[in-house]
Amino acid sequence: MSLLSGDLPRSRILSLLLLAVLVGLAFAPFLFGGAQPINTAAKVCVFILLVASYDLLIGYSGIVSFAHTMFFGIGGYGVGLALYYGTATWPVALGGLAAALVTGVLLAFAIGLFSLRVRALFYAMITLAVASAFAVLASQLSAFTGGEDGRSFRVPDALRPGTKFLDAPLFGVDVNGRLLAYYIVFLTVLALFLLLLRIVNSPFGRVLQAIRENEFRAEALGYRVVRYRVAANCIAAALAVVAGGLNALWLRYTGPDTTLSFTIMMDILLMVVIGGMGTLYGSVLGATLFVVAQNYLQKLMGSAAQALEATPLLARLVDPDRWLLWLGVLFVLSVYFFPTGIVGRLRSGRQAR
Amino acid sequence: MAAGAVPVLETRGLTIRFGGHAAVDDVSCAFHRGSLTAIVGPNGAGKTTYFNLVSGQLRPTAGRVLLDGEDVTALGPALRARRGMGRAFQLTNLFPNLSVRENVRLAVQARAGGGADILSRWDSRRAWIATADRILEEVALAPVAGSPAATLPHGDQRKLEVAVMMALEPHVFMFDEPTAGMSAEEVPVVLDLIRRLKASGDKTILLVEHKMDVVRSLADRIVVLHQGRLVADGPPAEVIASPVVQEAYLGVPVGAT
Ligand SMILES: Nc1ncnc2c1ncn2[C@@H]1O[C@H](COP(=O)(O)OP(=O)(O)OP(=O)(O)O)[C@@H](O)[C@H]1O
Ligand SMILES: [Mg+2]
Repeated sequence: MSLLSGDLPRSRILSLLLLAVLVGLAFAPFLFGGAQPINTAAKVCVFILLVASYDLLIGYSGIVSFAHTMFFGIGGYGVGLALYYGTATWPVALGGLAAALVTGVLLAFAIGLFSLRVRALFYAMITLAVASAFAVLASQLSAFTGGEDGRSFRVPDALRPGTKFLDAPLFGVDVNGRLLAYYIVFLTVLALFLLLLRIVNSPFGRVLQAIRENEFRAEALGYRVVRYRVAANCIAAALAVVAGGLNALWLRYTGPDTTLSFTIMMDILLMVVIGGMGTLYGSVLGATLFVVAQNYLQKLMGSAAQALEATPLLARLVDPDRWLLWLGVLFVLSVYFFPTGIVGRLRSGRQAR
Repeated sequence: MAAGAVPVLETRGLTIRFGGHAAVDDVSCAFHRGSLTAIVGPNGAGKTTYFNLVSGQLRPTAGRVLLDGEDVTALGPALRARRGMGRAFQLTNLFPNLSVRENVRLAVQARAGGGADILSRWDSRRAWIATADRILEEVALAPVAGSPAATLPHGDQRKLEVAVMMALEPHVFMFDEPTAGMSAEEVPVVLDLIRRLKASGDKTILLVEHKMDVVRSLADRIVVLHQGRLVADGPPAEVIASPVVQEAYLGVPVGAT
């Protein structure tokens, strides 16, 4: 228990939901057969880390940044390009990740130092500008980065589908490189999520919350606000870099659409709001719901449209092509009914700390 | 206090202008260890602005602030707080959604320099929580320690403001109208606390206060500000009787004396 943070879900339904997600992700390869579910599960893991690290910024420190996907992208390109240009070995992959971490943290440090003194809105604008510039740069340097097409690359042998660790399937699942890759993603995310939970419940994390509450007062107590903000910015960036690296390793591909696009930034924002800001647990639920909806809503609507063939008007309304519209409607509704997010809703009625 | 000793706090020619208007105008004043100085003056005289300059929330247009003989004019409020300047604000300034205990605990933590600790659990530092609780006991806020600060009645918020400053264990205490808006039962709690601080003999206390009876009973010295200028400075009886104070409080412009 001393390893954990002691910050419990504080709601029975929330605990059950979190447990369901944990069990679902831990046994995903065995519970759900086929390629799509396991891809979805890996994406959920990656986004949990990405959204939780974003929550450290927006929810705990009150910093609004639009550059989180840039760090995600730095991680993806770091690992991806290293493996593309180097040999497909672990040292190369880890070297790429290390280079990405250094780049990401230095960039976060610089942006933070130069602009976290200014007003929140201005900071948001600066991160937007830097992130856009970075995305343009990544696609312009196409000789190096593969431009809009991105780069597909070979991963280390141990992660390839052809690598079998056991001769016979285990519980009907091939124990191969993909399975190992999935568990590397899952366990890294789990460990880093627990680390984040620990950070927000540390004396340092408490100062971040104090700064969010009343920056002027925190400064008067002797906390140097800019330093804390910059530190939070660097931690969040480092975790986003790792998420990007894991994502690339899983997809065996890196490109602007899977890492740098502004759509992903919007998705992250939605996930953190839907789950509940400033709770970390919210990012687990937000990311899970969002990614699952994104992947399965279209399918669900396809079968609904078929079932409703008799009534053309309704069938057209749930046409799979309109899935994005319905996703939008779902999110407007959830934000409307759960303004403090799912976690806030589940915890409401309890005493504030 | 020994004559000629280095003052704990000193301002030299301290001035700040907002536009053309000098809110604090060339104020030079020294404060010694063990003293309690009341700073009085009509509304808008520049008392709070003077405090803001001393504790670093505002940067002066001209002049210097010296703490223990060192020039701290270039330092921000955080660094001045770390060097032992404590401030209880006139307009209550708390962490509204955090509990009363957490408001104080954060100050204890700041005093212990514990904010950089990123990997231990905040609640594993039991001593900080215990210290916070002891201070809350002193200002009679222990029963509401678990409530969010924003839910406290005004008087309790003022007491919490003082408790937070106590938790920083400063050696310079700046009280800005600590009893304003408090009920008659609450005022003595705060005044007793100030009296005890004074009795300890090694603190330097600055007190902005409108109530003359409070000033008379606590202060060793009164400094009068009027339209940003220091217009009188001396022992309470003398200053209160002086024509310049009578004029200042009656709102009559101080002549070009
Ligand atoms: N940030 C600011 N910008 C412009 N003018 C200011 C600012 N802060 C204070 N002033 C002006 O400086 C003058 C002094 O204000 P200050 O709050 O220091 O007075 P005070 O002596 O504390 O009064 P009170 O007894 O009402 O608390 C006032 O005229 C005020 O309007
Ligand atoms: Mg004032």
